[in-house]
Amino acid sequence: MEAVSAAQIIFIVVALLTVATTFLVVTVRNLIHAALWLVATLFGIAVIFVLLDAGFMATVQIVLYIGAIAILIVFAVMLTRRVMQDVGPQSNENWWLGTIVAAVFFAAISTLLWSIRWPALPGAVVGDTVLALGRSLVDPNQYVIPFEVASVMLIIALIGSITLALPGKQSE
Amino acid sequence: MPELKIGDLLVSLYDILGWSLSLLGLHSSAVSVLQKIVSGFVLANFVMLTPIFTIWVERKVAGRFQDRLGPNRVGPFGLFQSFADIVKLVIKEDITPAGADKVVFNIGPVLAVMSVVGIWAVIPFASTMVGTDMNVGILYSVAVGAIGTLAIMMGGWASNNKYALLGAFRTVSQLVSYEVPMIIALLVPTMLAGSMRMNAIVAEQQVWFVVAAPLAMLIFLISSIAEVGRAPFDLLEAESEIVAGFHVEYTGMKFGVWMLAEFVHAFTISALAAVVFFGGWRGPLAEQYPLLGVVYFLIKTYIIYLFLLWIRVTLPRVRIDQMNNLNWKFLVPLSLAVLVVTALVDKAVPVGASLGVRSLVLFLANVALILVSISLLAGFSRKLQASENISVDSG
Repeated sequence: MEAVSAAQIIFIVVALLTVATTFLVVTVRNLIHAALWLVATLFGIAVIFVLLDAGFMATVQIVLYIGAIAILIVFAVMLTRRVMQDVGPQSNENWWLGTIVAAVFFAAISTLLWSIRWPALPGAVVGDTVLALGRSLVDPNQYVIPFEVASVMLIIALIGSITLALPGKQSE
Repeated sequence: MPELKIGDLLVSLYDILGWSLSLLGLHSSAVSVLQKIVSGFVLANFVMLTPIFTIWVERKVAGRFQDRLGPNRVGPFGLFQSFADIVKLVIKEDITPAGADKVVFNIGPVLAVMSVVGIWAVIPFASTMVGTDMNVGILYSVAVGAIGTLAIMMGGWASNNKYALLGAFRTVSQLVSYEVPMIIALLVPTMLAGSMRMNAIVAEQQVWFVVAAPLAMLIFLISSIAEVGRAPFDLLEAESEIVAGFHVEYTGMKFGVWMLAEFVHAFTISALAAVVFFGGWRGPLAEQYPLLGVVYFLIKTYIIYLFLLWIRVTLPRVRIDQMNNLNWKFLVPLSLAVLVVTALVDKAVPVGASLGVRSLVLFLANVALILVSISLLAGFSRKLQASENISVDSG
């Protein structure tokens, strides 16, 4: 048997930790703790990006998901719930429906993943990966249209949120 | 015969370490992992021990600014004052408040220090001395810094204290907002260098980027001070309003660790500014003798640190509405304007133009931007004054 390389060991450890923390996110009783475990999960995914030589993706993962989204979640939880003494039931009467949906979804995704024959990449990107990524985002033959559509959508979301948050004229 | 270079001293120490480890009969990959762990350990300790000195500098300089002597009892010029303070912090009673979330309470300060020390992994001390020269270095520094916000949130929430929670809320509104102009300001040197790699950014600075991007430098420094949460942006621990903010319940060395994070962070943004805008290790002969580059880098860092100190002891604390106004109504639009103007002007400069000409043109564009924004601000304040006069007259 081939010897396991250091990267493989790291991958196995990180993947196990990520799955374990994901499990904790949905089982832990304290909402803030769940949010913090979610941060650990997102961090684990960032490490997996690093192992895939996608440093840019890893840093963006941390900036956006931990630096912005996770903090937003923690903030919202802190403001809306009395988390220190939160002892409500963990699930409601629809738990069985949720279980079925989750199981079906998991089965669908995993059969899909198993059935695809993943094409082997012709080789790692030569040179600066960030440069290649940037070029491909503005290259008309590659991803310029999805890129622009995504930017327009983000601007729409931005303007929409500003419009929603603006104080109405009659609410003086 | 290979020329002996004093500057490679630390690099050769690294090699000697690797060689002696391989003598122990370790596998080469294990040796390189151990080498990295040891050098990371040394780097982190260098960073975490600097506050022993910088706190003394800070108190001494602040004392002079406020017409006092500053610490002068322990050791020559009070140099050993920090050691006395550390001993005091360590032997103080360590209290965990009742109802606190113990684990989160303890992880908070650790995470805060970690997020700051992590930035040093990409800071180049010299042309050959950089922890890891990754191709997204500058973005990495932002990413790791963002974890610090989370640390403060954790500390503030886990304390089970309303003042601490209020401090944490202020932190989020301040740190998340000021991240926006900071990142946009960092985009300008990235654009000028054509790379996010820290060493590439330094290598491109035959003319320091502060010449080509003075406004970006100022925006970066202002928003970084806000990120550290120092005066005039120390709303998150405003003593007169919320006692001490997020760290009100921390005692002993745990409080010391929060202070450590703050001081290291202040030193770190000075180092980042030195690298990104002031040429990092560049200086006469720095490329032949890397150790000289370390000296230049540290001198630049300390000069910027003193500048931050000057701001800290001179300006009063801003109000929360002023803090938000400055960011969203001034710094963010200005930084976007700087980004667009720099991009356009940089493309407009003919390809063959020398670096000096290019920097000069960009500098003039920046001056024009400064004039425009000052005239806009003057018009705005005149309008404000006029409306205030009217309301005073009518009232």
